[in-house]
Amino acid sequence: MMECNKLKRVDIIFCRKGFDLFEVVEKALSRDPDDLISDMIDSGLKGRGGAGFPTGLKWKLARNEEQDEKYVVCNADEGEPGTFKDREILDQVPEKVFGGMAICAYTIGAKKGYIYLRGEYNFLIPKLTEKLEIFNRSLKQIGLDFTIRLRSGSGAYICGEESALFESMEGKRGEPRNKPPYPTVQGYLGKPTVINNVETLVYAFMISRIGPEAFKEMGTKDSRGSKVFSISGDTPRPGIYELELGMTVEDFVNEFGDGDTKAVQVGGASGGCIPRKDFPNTIIGYEGIPTGGSMMLFNSSRSMYNVLHNYLEFFTEESCGQCTPCRVGCQQLLKGIESVKKGDRPPSYLRELVKLAKTMKIAAKCGLGQSVANPFVSIIKNYKEEIIH
Amino acid sequence: MSEYKVNLKINDIPVTVDAGTTVLEAAKKLDFKVPTLCYHTDLCIAGNCRVCVVEQVGAKTLIASCATPVSEGMEIRTNSKLVRQARKHIIELLLSEHNADCTKCYKNGKCELQDLASEYRIGDHAFLDLVGGRLGMVDELSPSIIKDDSKCIRCQRCVKTCAEIQGVSALTVAYKGDRQKISTFLDHPLVEVICTNCGQCVNRCPVGALVEKNYVDEVWDAINDPQKFVVVQTAPAVRVAIGEELGYEPGTRLTGNLVTALKRLGFSSVLDTDFTADLTIIEEGTELLTRLKKVLVEKDDSVKLPMTTSCSPGWIKFIEHFYPDFISHVSSCKSPQQMFGALAKTYYAQKKGIKPESMVVVSIMPCTAKKYEADRPEMRSSGFKDVDYVLTTRELGMMIKQAGVNFQNLDESPYDSIMGESTGAGVIFGVTGGVMEAALRTVYEIVTGREVPFNNLNVVPVRGMEGVREATLKIEGCQPEWDFLEGVELRTVVAHGLANARKVMQAVKEGKSEYHFIEIMACPGGCLGGGGQPIPTNPEIREKRAKAIYCEDENLPIRKSHENPEVQLVYEDFLGSPNSHLAHQLLHTHYTERERF
Amino acid sequence: MTDVKKIINRTIREYGKERQALMPMLQAIVQVKNHLDDGDMIAVAEALNLSAAEVFGTASFYTFLDTEPRGKYIIRVCKTISCHMAGKDEIIKVLEKHLRIKVGQTTRDNMFSLLTVNCLGWCHKGPVMLVNDDVYPELTPKSAIEIIESYISRK
Ligand SMILES: Cc1cc2nc3c(=O)[nH]c(=O)nc-3n(C[C@H](O)[C@H](O)[C@H](O)COP(=O)(O)O)c2cc1C
Ligand code: SF4
Ligand code: FES
Repeated sequence: MMECNKLKRVDIIFCRKGFDLFEVVEKALSRDPDDLISDMIDSGLKGRGGAGFPTGLKWKLARNEEQDEKYVVCNADEGEPGTFKDREILDQVPEKVFGGMAICAYTIGAKKGYIYLRGEYNFLIPKLTEKLEIFNRSLKQIGLDFTIRLRSGSGAYICGEESALFESMEGKRGEPRNKPPYPTVQGYLGKPTVINNVETLVYAFMISRIGPEAFKEMGTKDSRGSKVFSISGDTPRPGIYELELGMTVEDFVNEFGDGDTKAVQVGGASGGCIPRKDFPNTIIGYEGIPTGGSMMLFNSSRSMYNVLHNYLEFFTEESCGQCTPCRVGCQQLLKGIESVKKGDRPPSYLRELVKLAKTMKIAAKCGLGQSVANPFVSIIKNYKEEIIH
Repeated sequence: MSEYKVNLKINDIPVTVDAGTTVLEAAKKLDFKVPTLCYHTDLCIAGNCRVCVVEQVGAKTLIASCATPVSEGMEIRTNSKLVRQARKHIIELLLSEHNADCTKCYKNGKCELQDLASEYRIGDHAFLDLVGGRLGMVDELSPSIIKDDSKCIRCQRCVKTCAEIQGVSALTVAYKGDRQKISTFLDHPLVEVICTNCGQCVNRCPVGALVEKNYVDEVWDAINDPQKFVVVQTAPAVRVAIGEELGYEPGTRLTGNLVTALKRLGFSSVLDTDFTADLTIIEEGTELLTRLKKVLVEKDDSVKLPMTTSCSPGWIKFIEHFYPDFISHVSSCKSPQQMFGALAKTYYAQKKGIKPESMVVVSIMPCTAKKYEADRPEMRSSGFKDVDYVLTTRELGMMIKQAGVNFQNLDESPYDSIMGESTGAGVIFGVTGGVMEAALRTVYEIVTGREVPFNNLNVVPVRGMEGVREATLKIEGCQPEWDFLEGVELRTVVAHGLANARKVMQAVKEGKSEYHFIEIMACPGGCLGGGGQPIPTNPEIREKRAKAIYCEDENLPIRKSHENPEVQLVYEDFLGSPNSHLAHQLLHTHYTERERF
Repeated sequence: MTDVKKIINRTIREYGKERQALMPMLQAIVQVKNHLDDGDMIAVAEALNLSAAEVFGTASFYTFLDTEPRGKYIIRVCKTISCHMAGKDEIIKVLEKHLRIKVGQTTRDNMFSLLTVNCLGWCHKGPVMLVNDDVYPELTPKSAIEIIESYISRK
C-alpha cells in the first residue's frame, strides 16, 4: 500500500502574516548560494507547473553553467484548462513571486528576470507593473543587481511550454524547441535560464523563510509539501485551495464533490480522467496522478463524450502545429470520435485511435502532443459506452 | 570537429563518433538508414515531422534522431516494434492531410512521401481524410512556381530555405493548430510578394506542394507545328546536371549527348546560351571598364561603382525589392538567356532567313526565375517575346523520357552554328565565381594585353563554395589607353545564395566595403544549384557539378570570351562594337523598383 | 506621424530594434486598433528589419493578435470545459441574439465582435467572457446583456 495522507488545508502560499518580505530576501542573500540550493534540494520541492522537475536541481544546473548572461523566467502563462491559481497568486501575493525570483537570481547569478504573463490576464498588468517598480527599486537598495520585467502573451496555450515561451519572448511563433539542449543550458536568447512556475517560485521563497524541514514534513516521500488546487466543475465549492499533497482522490471528492461525482479530471485537459472506481486507490501526487493543480469534477449528468470532445477541440486548436503526431493526430482523434458517434466508423475504430494516441505520447515533439493520450485513453477506457452511443 | 568521442550502440552494434554528432548521422555511419522528411542537409534542423523517431532504450519517449545529439552509453533501436508502429502512424497521418492524388500529381514518382508510403506499405487509408477544405487552394499565378496547399505536409523546409539560404522570407508558417499552414504575407499569391522566383523551395519540397510551372506541352505543340521554327538554347549548368534526371551520377558531363537528344526531340536548331554568356562578358566587361573610367578619371558621380552582375534573375528581383536604391549599380546587361532571345529573333533570323514571328525560342535553364524573367515586359526588344518558353533541367528530363530517347546510347553532336560556339569562360557561368572569372580573363587581357596572371587561366581565388569570397587583383603594365588603371587593385567579391548577397549589399550600403565588381548568383553554388536543377540537392552534389563545369572549361580549346569566333562575328556582322547603340537596344535592359513587401 | 508609427517608435525606445520587440510592438498596436492590418504589419516589418510574411506568420500564431478587422469591443466568451458545463452556450446564444451577429462576426456599426476562446482561467466562476481586457465572470444571460448595454451607453 502506498503512503498517503488525509486531506489537509494548508496556508503557505497566500499567507502574509508574521514576516517581512524583504527581510526574507535579505536573509537569503546573506547566505551562500550553494547552501540555498541544498536547502531547495533538501526540501524536495518539485515544479508546480506540471512537469514536476526538482526545483533545487534545476537551479543547480543553471548555477553550474559558466555564462555571464543568465535569466530567471516566471512562467505565468497558466493556460491549462481548469487552472487559475497562478492568477490568484499574482493578484494576492505578487511580491512573494518576485521574492522567489530574486532568490533564484542570486543563486544562479542572473541579472535579468521576466514574468511571462498570459494575455488573458492583461488586466493584472497595471498593478503588477506598479509593484514591480517598487520591488526592483528595493532590490537595488539592498544591493542585488537584478531587475524583473513583464512580458505578455497573446493567447496561445502552447506558450506555457518553456521553450515555446522563450520563442515567444524572442518575438517568434511559440513553437517548442528540440531538447536537449534544456533551458538551464540554452534558454531565453540561448542563455542559461531557470524557468519556474508562479507557484514554484512562491514555495521557493517560503522555503527560505520556513526552512526545508517544515516543508518536507508535509506530503509524501515523492510529493513533498503542499500545492494550490484550482477546483471547478460539479462542485459546491469551486475555487482555490492549498492542500497537502498525497491525499487520495476519494478524500478529495468527499470534501469537494457534490455527492454524485462520477469522474475527476486531474491535471487539466492534459491530465488523466479518474473514474469513480479508482478514487480510493489513486493518490494525488507524483507517485499517483500528478497535477499542475487543476481538478475538474464531473457528476453523473455529464456526458464524457462531450467532455472529451471539448478537450480534443482545445488541443486541435492549441497545438502549435509544427509536428505531425500532434497537429494531425489531434484532428484525427477529434474527427475520429465524431465519426464513431455518428456511426460512420465502427466502435472498433476507437481501438485504432487509442493506438494512435499512444504513438502521440511517445512521438510528439513536446508535452502538449504527448499528453493528449492522458485524457483520451483514460476516458475511452472507462466510458467507452458514452463515446459510442 | 570535436575532440571528444562518444560511444553508443545502435541496434546492438557499438559505434564511436564525435561529440555533437546526431543519432541520425551515427546510424548512417553504421549503414542504418532512418527515414527523414523535414531534415535537409542544407538547412537547420527542425525535428518536426517526427518520421525519423527511434527508440532510446530507457527513455520515456522516442527521440527524433535528426535532432538529438548522441550521448555516452546511449542504446538506440532504429527498427523496433515501437518505432515501426510510430513511424507508420506518422506516415499515415501525413497522408491523411495530404492530397494523395498521386497519379495526377506533378511529382508522381519523385515524391518523398510517396516513397515512404510505399516502403511502409500504407494501404487503405487508415485515418479519416482531412484534405477537404484545402483542395483547390492552388496558387498558379506565378510564371515560375506553383504552390498547392493541399499537397503540403508542413515540413517547413521551404520556409527555412527561403529564410536561411535566401534571406528573403517570402514564405512563412502562419496560424497554429489545425489551421497552421505555409503562407506568404497574408496568403497573397507568390507573384504579388517578395518571392524572387529562385525555386530553391521547389528544390527542397519533398512532395508536390511547390513545383515549377511546367511548359512542356506548349513546347511540344511548338515543335509539332510545321509553321514554327523552334530554336533551343541550353544554359551552362544544364549539361552537367541533366544526367541526374536520367539515371547518371551527379557531375556527369553530357554536353554532346544533350545536343543529340535535343535534335531528336525535334528542335529546329540547337544552340548554346554559353555563346551569349561569352557575349555578356564582352558587354559587361566593357561596361565595367567604362564605369571605372567615368568614376576614376572623369569623376562622374552619376555613374555607380561597385558594379554588380545581372545574369541571375533571382538576384535581380531581390535587389529590386530589397535594395532599390542600388539598382543603378547593377550592370545593364541582360542575362545570357535574354541576350540570346533578342539576337535569335533578329540576328539569327536575318542570317538564316527565318521570319521572327514564326520563330519560337525555347531555353533550357537550371532556373525557375528565368521563367519570370522571360515574361518581363522589358524582354521584347526583338519586337516579339524574345524567349517564348523556359524549361527547367527537370522539364527537359521529362521531355526526353516522354520522347523515348535513349540517352545512354546517343552519339555526341556539336551545337549548331551560328550562336552555338562557346568558350570555357561561357561554361563557367554555371558555377559561383564563374562570371567573375570569365570577366577577369577578358578584362585583364583587354587592359594589359596579357593573360590573367593565374596558372592555366584558373582564377582560383574566386572559386570555391564559401558563401562570400573576396579577391583582389592588382592591375599592372596597362596598355596606354588604360593607364588610369595602372596599379589599381581591382577589388571583387563573389556571393551565392541571396542571404550571402544580402551580407554583401549590407556591407556596401553601410560603406564598409569598397568593391569595384560584385558577382551575385541567387542560388547556392551558382546556377548549378539552381531552382530548376534535378532534385535532390546538397553540398556534395553541387560540388560534383562544379567539378564537372571546371572540367568542361579546361577541355575546351578556347577559354576566353573575347576569343569566341562567333562572338567576334556578331560584332562584325551585326552589332558593330561592344556597348554600341544596337547592342544597347538588344542586349541591355533596365530595372524596376519594387515594394519591400 | 500616424498612431501606428508613434507606437512603433515608442516600442523601439523601450524594447530596442531586435526581434524581441516584435510581440510588445504588435500587442501595443492591437491594444489601440484591435487588429493588425496589412499596413501595420508592413510598418512593423520595416521597423524591425523582418519580412512582412514573418510578421504575419508570428501574429497569426497568437489568438489575440488578430489579422482580421474587429470591432471596437471584442467579446471573447470562454468555450472550454468548465465554462461549457456552466452554460456558456446559453450566454453565446443571448449575445448572438442581442447583437444580431454570429460568433466570428462583427456588428455593422463596428462596435462589437463576438468570438469564442479557450480557457480564460476563471473556471471556478464560469461562464466568463472578456471584453477587450476586462473580465466578466459568473455570467448569466441577463448580466451578459447588461454588460454589453453598458458598453453601448459608453460609446
Ligand atoms: C503544453 C504545455 C503547457 C504548459 N503550460 C504551462 C503553464 O501554463 N505554466 C507553467 O508554469 N508551466 C507550464 N508548462 C510546463 C513548463 O514547460 C515548465 O515545465 C514549467 O514552467 C517549469 O516550471 P516548474 O518546474 O516550476 O514547474 C507547460 C508545459 C506544456 C508541455
Ligand atoms: S506536440 Fe504539438 S504543440 Fe508540441 S511541438 Fe508538436 S505540434 Fe507543437
Ligand atoms: S527528419 Fe527528424 S523530425 Fe523530421
